[in-house]
This record gives sequence, C-alpha cells and structure tokens, in this order.
Amino acid sequence: MDSHLHVDTHLRVDWRAGLSLVGTILAFLSLFFVLPIVTALAYDGQDLWVFVTTMVVTAGFGLTLRQFDPDPDPGAREAFMVVALTWLLAAIFGALPYLLAGNGTVAHPTNALFESMSGFTTTGATVMGDISFDTHSRAMLLWRQLTQWVGGMGIIVLAVAILSQMSVGGAQLMEAESPGPGVSKLTPHIAETARVLWFAYIGFTLLLMALLYGLHLAGFAPEMDLYNSIAHGLSTMPTGGFSPEARSIEAFSPAVQWLIVPFMFVAGVNFVLWWHLVSGDTRALFRDNEFRLYLGAVTTLSVVLTVVLFFDATASTDRVGQIGGRLEPSLRYATFQIASLTNSTGFANVDFDQWGGTAKGVMLFAMFIGGSTGSTGGGIKVLRWLVILKSLRRELFTTVHPEAVRPVRMNGKTLDEEAIRGIYAFTLLYFCLFFLGVLLLAADAARVGLDLEAIELVTASIATLGNIGPGFGIIGPMGGYGEFPVTSRLLMILYMWIGRLEIFPVLVLLTAAYWRS
Amino acid sequence: MHVVIVGAGEVGRAIATNLEETHDVVVVDRNPDIVEELTYSLDVLTIEGDGTEITTLHEANVEEAGLVIACTDDDEVNLVICGAAKTLTDAFTIARVRRRTLLETWEGSEGAFGVDFMVCTDLLTAQAIFRISGLPGAQDVDMFAGGLVRMAEFEISPQSPIANQSVQDADRYDSLTFAGIFRNGDMIVARGETVIEPNDRVVVIGSPDSVSTFADDLVCLPETEHEEVVIVGASEIGYQAAREFEEHGYEPRLIERDPDRARQVAEALPNTLVMQSDATDTEFLEREHIDEADIVVSALGSDERNLLVSLLARRLGVDRTVAVIENLEYAELFETVGVDVAINPREETAEEIVRFTRSNRAEKVAMLEHDRAEVIEIEVGADSALASRTIMDSVADLPEGVVIGAISRGGNLVTPRGDTTLRPGDHIVLFVDATVLDQVLEAI
Repeated sequence: MDSHLHVDTHLRVDWRAGLSLVGTILAFLSLFFVLPIVTALAYDGQDLWVFVTTMVVTAGFGLTLRQFDPDPDPGAREAFMVVALTWLLAAIFGALPYLLAGNGTVAHPTNALFESMSGFTTTGATVMGDISFDTHSRAMLLWRQLTQWVGGMGIIVLAVAILSQMSVGGAQLMEAESPGPGVSKLTPHIAETARVLWFAYIGFTLLLMALLYGLHLAGFAPEMDLYNSIAHGLSTMPTGGFSPEARSIEAFSPAVQWLIVPFMFVAGVNFVLWWHLVSGDTRALFRDNEFRLYLGAVTTLSVVLTVVLFFDATASTDRVGQIGGRLEPSLRYATFQIASLTNSTGFANVDFDQWGGTAKGVMLFAMFIGGSTGSTGGGIKVLRWLVILKSLRRELFTTVHPEAVRPVRMNGKTLDEEAIRGIYAFTLLYFCLFFLGVLLLAADAARVGLDLEAIELVTASIATLGNIGPGFGIIGPMGGYGEFPVTSRLLMILYMWIGRLEIFPVLVLLTAAYWRS
Repeated sequence: MHVVIVGAGEVGRAIATNLEETHDVVVVDRNPDIVEELTYSLDVLTIEGDGTEITTLHEANVEEAGLVIACTDDDEVNLVICGAAKTLTDAFTIARVRRRTLLETWEGSEGAFGVDFMVCTDLLTAQAIFRISGLPGAQDVDMFAGGLVRMAEFEISPQSPIANQSVQDADRYDSLTFAGIFRNGDMIVARGETVIEPNDRVVVIGSPDSVSTFADDLVCLPETEHEEVVIVGASEIGYQAAREFEEHGYEPRLIERDPDRARQVAEALPNTLVMQSDATDTEFLEREHIDEADIVVSALGSDERNLLVSLLARRLGVDRTVAVIENLEYAELFETVGVDVAINPREETAEEIVRFTRSNRAEKVAMLEHDRAEVIEIEVGADSALASRTIMDSVADLPEGVVIGAISRGGNLVTPRGDTTLRPGDHIVLFVDATVLDQVLEAI
C-alpha cells in the first residue's frame, strides 16, 4: 500500500486512464473480426472458430483493461501511451488468427506478429512462405488484407470518429498518431473531422472495389473476381501492399494495373484536400504546395524510369519477357512502381528485382520520399522534404545577404522556426534509425552466417521503417522477409511500429523524462 | 453646413482651417490648452470635452450637424464617436483610423460602426508614396476621373528640355495641359506666353500616358523594366508602402532595425525582401548595393532620421529619395536640402476628408504645395454656368487663377482647348488657385 502510494505520486502519467482507453479501443476493434467470420461462412467455413475465438478474447481483454478507470480523462502525456499501446496491442491480437490456424510459416509467434504488425502499419512486408488458398483459408487472407485497411487511415482516427468518449483530447491523440504539421480541424468537432476523413477513405475504397469488379464483369480482368476486388480495395487505399496473390498485381491484366495507379496516387494525397474538393473548392488541390511537389515528384520519377526501362536492354522479367524498347510496358511498369514505392504502397506489377542498377537507383530514391501528410502513405513525407528544401534555399540566400529576414512559407502561410527545427530533428532521427537498422541487420546476418548484399540490408531497413514493404534481393517483390533471423525480424517489427507512428510516440515512452514528473 | 470635428490634432486643425470660412465649425477636444489656443487662432466654436460622451455631443449641437469628423489619435475612440453621433443625428460621419485592418472590416460591411466614410492615414500615405515613386521626377501625383486623368507636379532642372521655353513652345505633348507654375512661393497660372524657368515647379494635367512621357523627357532616366525600390523603416507606413509596391508587381526591399518587427513584416510581405539592419550602416548599404536603387523611401519614426537616411542615400548615389515627415513645417526645408519628395500623413488625411465638404460637388480634390492651389474634379450639371459654352467664354466669367486641365466625356479623355464646348455630364478637372477656390465653386 505504501509503495503504491509512492508510485502514484511519482508518476505523473495517468496510466490507468491510458490503459482504460486502450481497452475501449481494443474492444471496439474486435468488431472487425466479423468480416473474416462472414467470409468463412460464405466459403467453406474454414477458420471460422479461429476468428470467433479471437474476437471473444480480444473483446474480453479490452473490456478488462477498461475496468482500470471507468471514467478516463487522458491528457497530452497519456496520448503517446494510448497511441503506442493501441497499435502494439492491435498487432498482438491481430496475430492470434495466424497462430490459432497454425498454417504455413506464419504459425510461428514471431512471424505471426510480424505479419500482423506489417498489416496494421500498412507496410506490406510478408513472412508468408506460401501465399495461396492451398495453405491459407480465404478468411485468413482477407483478414490479412483487412488489417491494412484498419491501420491505413489510423486506428485512433477511427476511434475518435466513433467513440464519443474520445472527443475530448481526440485532437491530441490524432496528433500523436501522426505528428507532422498537426491536425487540421475541418469542423469544430474533432469527431466530425475524423468522420469526414474516414468517409472519404471509405468512399474511395468502395469506388475502387466497384471499378475493379466492373473490369472483371466487362471482361478486361479475368482474375479480378469479387473476392480479389474486395481484397485489393482493402489494400490499395491504405497504401498497404499485401495481396492474396503471390505474384501481387502482376497476376492481373494491364487494365487492372492501370486502374490501380491513380488510386495509389490518390491514397498518397492529404485526404483533407479531397474533402475540400468534394465540398466545392476545386482549386484547393493545386493551390497546395505539398500536392504540387508530390505530383511533380511522381511524374518526374515516372518519366525518368520509363526512359531508363525503355533503353535498358536488361530490363526483362521471366514471365513478361523483354521490356526494353517497348513503350507501353515501360510506361506501365514505371508509373505503377513509382506510384507504389513513393507513397509506400509496395504493390508490384513486375519483378523489379531483375532490373538494372539505374532503374533500382531511381526506385530506391522514390522510397525515401513518402506520401503527403494526412494521407495513408508512410515514409518521411513530402511536406518535410518541401520544408527542408525551402529552408535550405533560405540558408543559401542568407549566406549572401546576412541581414535578410526570410520566413519559410507553406501555402502562403509562414512556418514557425520551431516547427522547422522539429522537421529537421525528425528527418535526422529518421536517417539515424535507418542507418542503425542497416548496421544491426548486417550484424545479425553475420551472426547467423547469412550472406546478404548491401542493397538488401539497405532496402530492408528503409522498407520496414518507411512502411513500404518490398525491397531488393531476397526481399524483392516476389520474395519475403522469412529468411532473416528471428532477432532481425523482431527488430523489423519494432521498426514498422515506430515508423507508422512517426517515431516520437514510441521513443518518448522509452525516455525517463516521460515517466518522471 | 454645421460641422463637428472631434480631435484637434494636426488633422483636425487642418480640416478646421480649411472649412472655417464657409461652414459653421465646432471643434471638440479633451485638452483644455489646445481648446484655449484654437479659440483665438481659428474662427470656430471650441468645446472642451470627450467626444464619446453624449453630453459633449449635445453641447456641440450635433443634432444640427451635416457632417461629423472623428479624427483623434485613437482608432477605437473615433469609431465610438461616429457610433454615438449616429444615434443622435443623420449626419455624414467620417472616421480617421491608422490600422488598415479596421478599414478592411469597414469596407467588408457597409455602415459598420456607424461610419459613413473611413480614412486610413497610413494607407493613404503609403498610396501617395507609391503614386509619386512610380513617376520619375514627380513631386506629387494624383489620379482623377477614375484613373483616366493624371495630375502631376514636376520640378524643372536647368538641363530640362523645356527649361526657358514658353508654355506654348513646351506644349508639344498630346492630351497634356500645363496648368500652373510655382515659382519662389508664387503661384502663376500657365498662359501660352508664360516662360518656364529653371527650378520652377510645373503642374500638368493629362492622360496617364502623356504624363509619363512628359516625365521621362524631363528626367531622361534609362528605361528599366522594374524599378529597384528600397524602403527604410517598417513603421506602419513603411509596411503599407511595401504592400502597395508588392500589389503592383514590384519586389521592394525593406530595411528594419528591430528583429521582431522585421520578422513580423517579413511574414506579412511575401514578395518583399526584409533585411534586419541599421539603415545608417554604410558598410551594409554598400554590400547590399543600396546605391543602385532607383528610389529610397524613408519611413522611420522620426523626421530627423528620415532626413539623415535620405541624405545618406543621396550621397551614395540613389536617384530619388522620398521621406515621410510628421512635422509639416519641415516639408519645404527637407525638399530644399536634398529630399526629393516629402510626404506628410496628416496632409494626405486632411486632403481626403476635405473633399467631402466641397458642397458635395467635387468628386476628388488634390492639394498642391501645401494648399496653395488645388486640383478638383467636378461633374458639369445641366444648370451649371459652364454647360453648353466654349471654354474661352466660360473662363472669361470665372475669377483669375483657374485652368481647365482635362475633360472626361463618357469615359473618354477630351483635351480642353479654347473652342471646346462643355456638355452636361462631363467631368472636368480644374486647377484652381486656393485664394479664389470658393468663388470658383460658387460660380460653377
């Protein structure tokens, strides 16, 4: 009793309120297991009990956590804890079906957690050895797709939209989930804003599903049946990258590939802009500095890659044959892969691991850009690059004119110098973690005697930290992360987690200052 | 007309001086010393009191007033005065404010605060700075008839191509009229035989193009696509001036010593290069090539510092210097020692307000040489003495000291000549000697 009191006065963080809120969100998330249950019922009933059990366990655990504080009142400090823990627990409970079903490589606990974390963080990196309906049930592969969709727009954003008790402090929670430049409230009520974002998200998802299935019905996409339409809709809009097809999007017709390109692009744009567009402000999109840079970057890189592929005689694949010298495939592969890697979707419509060094270099570059803020894309994000470019230009200018006072402007508004420092700090930390990841993976690979090339280590680090998914070499679009040692995979789980939450909410929990008063 | 002026600062005093002869003027001020002094210096009724109080307004007989002018130094007080006056009378209310944001609020909602007309001192000054800066060599510039007619005042240098020529000979510009000449403090109405001497100041009225051509001929500046403008001091006037230049496509440089203010204006002015430095630091001025500037506008807080900056800029080799001066008495002194143009915010304000008092007929007024002469715009009514007569006939009936500078007819500019017949509905721009102004307004 005495020590309890001591702890309570020492800890400023109200962990009871935090845990209670996490429990509420978890109980709410358990509702999502209904979809795989329905899928199991619709097909052969395989794995039905797996999902029913998981649902009951998850809901039970969540409701238990909720008992810690019947009336939680979380503040700014608790926000980090709630956000970080929610994502961790979501990944842990989302891994249960893989464990319970016990099929394939994902039956291993580390692999199950890896696959689940990869899904919720929309990374799309897989350790599934055999992606087929022979090994896994349709319900299981749909659950794998669904984790991405839940994680895409954000679990917290969804919770704020639905749970009335999260309206107070919701803005802090949403900001902790995705720091960037802060949450722009579209309406006075934060829950309303969260709902708007989710409505836009749901709208685009349903539209893509309908169009994909429409292509199938029209005869342009024989493989794109209803199941695949739903599965890929759940994966494209959150910039996830999982596919129930082992060959990813390569398995589908060029029409499908072309259709997915604009939707991947849309997913990497700030959803607030789509809301403005729908509410009649047609110029909002092109007025936005970040959108213009994102559009410019994707277009430029696509053109460059098209030219490289067109003139690269070695750019070939086993199945499609020679690309070089043919315009349509060059253009299609280039635009698809750039759209996919820039905003961290990670879909592949070709085994780009077989391409030459120049093409790979262009794609590696794209991986470091990231999507826009307020989008479902991961990575460093276009806005940060834009601020860095603008402030560097200012540095050059003030070298010549030392007295010049030049605020950095974004969409006509000046940016706080503190915000610019924060962006530099984030980007530096991001690169530090990236290099640390490369070193640790190399050390771990050397420990077990695994022979990996530099490009494999580099892309493994950026692909997990940036929530991209595929890299080059063994983790190429047709490969997987299964060959890495268990310790490496645990590190990658950590990287995906902190990458999705943009580093700070997780790292701040590891500092002593957070827990002390 | 019964006019109530609240606030007897320089603006209030200038307006009162201008109106004392022709109107019943009541001046209200809180300062007993100023009230006492005004009682003896002007032919107006003075009342000591707070213009925001209803009793004071009653005392000033505001119920009978046709015009209430609130021109104290406090923006909010001026708004309250107008609001209070509106509850007692239907008089036309004029408020003077410094802050442009208040003007924008008022413009966005007509009749807000009970104000019928709002004058923003700093904005007017900034606009005057821009107008004058845009025309090389000009001392004063104003637009009439919706921009169709431009009036400008130039100082004639000994090297000028029209120096020592008669007006008749100098008159080789299309649609340009020589209106008047200021020489050693005298005002001369331009006649064909009048000789333009070096150091005269010539007032011309005409189309904007012809005035520009005339200006270029006088100054012979190399043609530059965009002039290099440097503004010293981010006072409210300096800031507004930079904004005016920005809005017209310039990219001015603004020098401000205070880091916080520099940052503040840098945030507000996207196309202005703000530099945080002391404008009297010659090393800085040389490094930033301030000497290559076409115009240096000094808008610092004090007249002396503005003079210093202007003289320094002159010495570095700047073509033209424009200085804001608070003290009207300095104006001529400054212009004598090397400041090309001195602009007084209070004069600009008084000028703007006075045009409302001209029996509602003058559409626009410009005062020249600190009100030695005026340029006014008037619409010719059907019953006017000028209607349907040639200019030669009409001018004969008017007092000495009037020149019809330009005519705007149905949106087109007509250059007035002796045989031109004026029609009802024409807008005419007149150059009038201030001493005969009231007679002229009566006659037409």
